[in-house]
Amino acid sequence: MANQALTLVGALNLALKQEMARDPGVMVFGEDVGVEGGVFRVTEGLQKLYGVQRCFDTPLAEAGIIGTAIGLAVNGMKPVVEMQFDGFFMEGIAQMVDHAARMRNRSRGAFTVPMVVRIPFAGGIKALEHHSESMEAFFGHIPGLKVVIPSTPFDAKGMLIAAIRDPDPVIFLEPKRLYRAFKQEVPEEEYFIPLGKAALIQDGTDVTLFAYGSMVRECQKAAIEAHKMGISCMVVDLRSISPLDREAILYSVEKTGRVVVVHEAARTFGAAGEISTIIYDRLYGKLKAPIERVTGFDIAMPLLKGEDLYLVDSFRVLEGIKKVMGR
Amino acid sequence: MGGMFLEKYTDRLNTDMVQILDQEGNLNESLRPAELTDEVVLELYKKMVFCRMCNDRANKMQRSGRMGTFTSIEGQEALQLGSEFALKKQDWIVPAFRELAVMWAHGMPMEKIYQYWIGNEWGSHPPPGVHILPVSIPVGSQMVHGVGLSWAAKLQGKDEIAVNYFGDGATSEGDFHEAMNFAGVFKTPTIFICQNNQYAISTPRGIQTASKTIAQKALGYGFPGVLVDGNDLFAMYAVTKEAEVRARKGDGPTFIEAYTYRFGDHTTADDSTKYRDKMEVEAWRPKDPMKRLQLYLGKKGLWSEKVEEEIRAGFQPEVDAITERAIALPGQTVDEIFDYTYAELPQALAEQKAYLKAVLAKKTAVQAKGGANG
Repeated sequence: MANQALTLVGALNLALKQEMARDPGVMVFGEDVGVEGGVFRVTEGLQKLYGVQRCFDTPLAEAGIIGTAIGLAVNGMKPVVEMQFDGFFMEGIAQMVDHAARMRNRSRGAFTVPMVVRIPFAGGIKALEHHSESMEAFFGHIPGLKVVIPSTPFDAKGMLIAAIRDPDPVIFLEPKRLYRAFKQEVPEEEYFIPLGKAALIQDGTDVTLFAYGSMVRECQKAAIEAHKMGISCMVVDLRSISPLDREAILYSVEKTGRVVVVHEAARTFGAAGEISTIIYDRLYGKLKAPIERVTGFDIAMPLLKGEDLYLVDSFRVLEGIKKVMGR
Repeated sequence: MGGMFLEKYTDRLNTDMVQILDQEGNLNESLRPAELTDEVVLELYKKMVFCRMCNDRANKMQRSGRMGTFTSIEGQEALQLGSEFALKKQDWIVPAFRELAVMWAHGMPMEKIYQYWIGNEWGSHPPPGVHILPVSIPVGSQMVHGVGLSWAAKLQGKDEIAVNYFGDGATSEGDFHEAMNFAGVFKTPTIFICQNNQYAISTPRGIQTASKTIAQKALGYGFPGVLVDGNDLFAMYAVTKEAEVRARKGDGPTFIEAYTYRFGDHTTADDSTKYRDKMEVEAWRPKDPMKRLQLYLGKKGLWSEKVEEEIRAGFQPEVDAITERAIALPGQTVDEIFDYTYAELPQALAEQKAYLKAVLAKKTAVQAKGGANG
């Protein structure tokens, strides 16, 4: 089968189409996902293809969407629900934390919740208030949830298929800044990217950059600038916050001995703290410099005129690289 | 229970709608509120014109890249200005995000409203004594606040009530139930005004609820719910006034379903032609709240095309000046984005702020030299 050049939106749409064709239990619902095809058009055409029983608009109620998805999942369906924007997920988070995440444990495996919650993630598109949140560390802190974030169209398709077939609830975060940022060859045939596996974006010898989502691209840009200064950067896309790929983290740090962890989310109790601890626990003696965190600030995401002040860019990443290199 | 509209139109599972001015501009004089003299109506009509002009201008500013996103109120002016006119200055407005006219009429300067949509938190900072909470983007999450605000007024003996504005979609949220339930149980002086404009982005009213009307939901919470023609300035004022009197007397909350139509897209990021038939929009045009006032005022010799031109020409310099002032407002600073997180800036934030200032200074210097950062 042929490859097609697709955006991240296109790749997600393809994955949903193919999974709905494969498994009649897969159903897609949420706010404006049916007739409209989603505000970002990720679910475009699904209702036409598979009917209103399997792709439909719901009342405007995030707790209702997630709560009913839990019941549907427990009783044999495969709900793939959409939260229209990240900030709106807060209205539904209680269902996720109190029920979806712990159903397997509470019932000692009698009941499980194989569902996917897709959520547009993070900032960078000058959107409205509550439309640019990065709360992955919060979700990653909840036992029982998987939290994954693709950064390319190829990964988006393979990870969404893996998420839909996963036996546990998955929060699938979609960097909205990358939705239509670029196209990539995406195979027509089915493939999986196992959840919890990082990807080596580029190899290097001096410093390892860890990132996910749209921050991977900022790291790649910074790595090009660093290269001009004679610094060789390894760039690792973690792709999953929960579980974290400990093996990949340790392997890549052993090679360079210097680390910069990058995320857009607030700094305090962020993913970088956990990643740093994993490294300090196992590789303390092998580090050539303290780990540097390049992150968002401990403030609410500013309205759009202040967004650029908040966002991590390649300049800040390069400053971090220079710091661990002692330049 | 209160005035005649609350008596007549509530506690019954019917679909009767309060209307005083029909779409042909015929006024039912027997139901006319005394306060709405023709002079007052003309003044309110002029305010509607002004708000529609400002609304159109905001749409234009967005299209020319001077505003981030905007939510048009076109078609909802009568319900907003009619209901606000029944309130006192000290009353609280709890908006969703489609309340330009309510907010302005209640004391928020128009350039501040623009400033919010341009993308600056100062747009949610009203002048002293103006009781308007910030716009609430997470749908339905704000109504509980109106209950709390008015509850606080009741507990402290303040002569204040609170008015929650929200859409038909918001009534599907769990928070709606909680707000209605608390208001009923604690008999708070709260008015719920549901701007039922028939759509939550692409999702029509029929998918939000299977109940015949939204107004009848109030019955289950133990207080009156009234279905009102939201495109009728007279009806919106009259019913809100009764609700206001009821709240001030200590008789508790009232729910008003203002039946209207969203002529514009959901926001400037939306394209409603994808999910809405043009014929449907055209069928609503004759019900435009401004048209029926023009017809009414025309019969009274107070409106004509020429008068309309004069009104608009009179407002034009003000609309232009507001636009210029809004565009000229300063951008955001590093201090601002940090300093309002807590009453006192914690040390970690102070360090982060210092870092950001240093890194931005360095970036500016490097860019001035035309380099990356080496």
